[in-house]
Amino acid sequence: MKLLLTYSRRGQSDPGRKPVIARIVKETGILVNVEKANIDSTAGEVLIDIPDADADLVRRCLEEMGVAVRVMEDAVTLDEAECVDCGACISICPQEVFSFDDEWRLRVSAARCVLCGKCIRACPHSALSLQG
Amino acid sequence: MEKSLDLINARIRDGSARVVTAEEMPAIVDALGEEGALEEVDVVTTGTFGAMCSSGAFFNFGHADPPIRMERVWLNDVEAYAGIAAVDAYLGATQEADTQDRVYGGAHVLEELVAGGTVELRATSHGTDCYPRRSITTDLLLEDMNQAIMLNPRNSYQRYNAATNTTDRTLSTYMGTLLPRCGNVSYSGAGTLSPLANDPNFRVIGSGVPIFLAGAEGMVVGEGTQHSSGGGFGTLMVTGDMKRMRQEFLRAAVMPGYGVTIYVGVGVPIPVLDTGIVRSTAVRDEDILTDVIDYGTPRRDRPSMAKVSYADLRSGSIDIGGEAVRTSSLSSYRRAREVARELKTWVEQGKMELTLPVRRLDPAKRAKPMRETAITPRVRDIMNRQVISIAEDEEIRAAAKRLLRGETNHLPVLAGDGTLVGIITTYDVSKAVVTDGRLRQVKDIMTRQVIKTTPDEPVDIAARKLEQNNISALPVVDATNRVVGILSAIDLGKLFGGRRRR
Repeated sequence: MKLLLTYSRRGQSDPGRKPVIARIVKETGILVNVEKANIDSTAGEVLIDIPDADADLVRRCLEEMGVAVRVMEDAVTLDEAECVDCGACISICPQEVFSFDDEWRLRVSAARCVLCGKCIRACPHSALSLQG
Repeated sequence: MEKSLDLINARIRDGSARVVTAEEMPAIVDALGEEGALEEVDVVTTGTFGAMCSSGAFFNFGHADPPIRMERVWLNDVEAYAGIAAVDAYLGATQEADTQDRVYGGAHVLEELVAGGTVELRATSHGTDCYPRRSITTDLLLEDMNQAIMLNPRNSYQRYNAATNTTDRTLSTYMGTLLPRCGNVSYSGAGTLSPLANDPNFRVIGSGVPIFLAGAEGMVVGEGTQHSSGGGFGTLMVTGDMKRMRQEFLRAAVMPGYGVTIYVGVGVPIPVLDTGIVRSTAVRDEDILTDVIDYGTPRRDRPSMAKVSYADLRSGSIDIGGEAVRTSSLSSYRRAREVARELKTWVEQGKMELTLPVRRLDPAKRAKPMRETAITPRVRDIMNRQVISIAEDEEIRAAAKRLLRGETNHLPVLAGDGTLVGIITTYDVSKAVVTDGRLRQVKDIMTRQVIKTTPDEPVDIAARKLEQNNISALPVVDATNRVVGILSAIDLGKLFGGRRRR
């Protein structure tokens, strides 16, 4: 399951100043895969992937440390009314989320998405968006 | 054996014509041989669905009361060309509105009309004795117009160059988003289904031939603009009644960072008259070759990185210099297939009979580049030839002195053999002094990835390099990487003083 973590780094005691991911791994033994991280001087946003069974525990621990957690279920969403099945997104995506089926219809493997947003900008038909 | 068009049309009328799509034809020819396929198949239908910028429509809005001679016309704030009769206008697909907060253009207006939506017409005039009115605003549906005639000056390219990008930054082009360092390849065209790939000698596709255009029955007008059949890049000018078109085959699009375009579905039915036509309609993706062009070269003549077939492109990745690069199509093969299949149904059901060209298209024409009478300014015309440079093993102090004395902010750094190896700026020197006193030599602080230009480069391209990299000077090097000048943002100002306007 993919979780999107957001936290503040403004104050010295904010969660963003602490090694939150390392602590989760150390304390729970759950292996966390960091798929994307965007951290600047005031805030951080990290996308992690963890086994579904451990999601509740990880979420609870993170929230106790002051990290906001959002479950990313669909990742990138395809608007089928707008999509013309051109495939412009296919080679843009670093995660190989997009492919064609036997009928040259665009297929989306949303579970692989790391929310980088490259496909959203590249789609000539504005058919892709992020959930929420 | 040959087959006459009359025979084929008689079969279409009585419902006995055998119609196949261009995708099905190669296997039929394999199984039956050319003579057998000629006997078996009467019509091959083709199709393509992709971005076709050179598209648009003529409208006649009818006369208002009091009447107006429209001089400028906007449809949903997108300007249409009104330099024709009083209430006629031509709306081009790529024209963009200047008052919308999103990218919106002629293509969106065309799609909106075909989808049955309302479009706001706004027009102005200076007023005449016969047309006194000076302005008008009204809402129109497609059905309110007397005519809405799509006329696309250039559609249905025979084949198209594929695109890649060898530079270090992402490019936004009419071939879509091109990732840096050959990160991807984009291509366009339906390969085996492409209308002109199935008649490369223009034997049966020509003026007057009926076609599928965006869901309506249309017609080939003649050769398209920039028709270059001699090099394998033939094009068609096509027309059709917009009132009969369908949105699924006419879709507005925005190439990110480039602009508005429109996706159009075009299909041409090909009568199978002889074995020559059998052979040309048996074309496979493997047989249609194209070049992968480096769009990182901002010039008209761009280098080819590889020669590939449409089969290679459609496999999902191709080889460029020993590395597998993923491919993306900009046109939709699925919709191209739908075009060819729907056209097949039309012919099978007797809705469309075929015609031979009333005038054939030139199969050997070549498009020319533009004749330019004004000389394009080159870097050598405005660069500063008095270059102050420094050797890479000199002390930073020496660099600081030279910058001060030369009243410049940029010092090209040279190796022992005189070639360019780096550049330093006053900022680099100041930073070195403040941050780390141990740095001694120029080579410790210089930028090694130098963005540079050549004397021959057009000034427009050099100016774009300055702008995109947010820098203020470019060393000018010759073929041996020796510095022959420096071009600064200030030098660009020389152009504005002269006759050249921008």
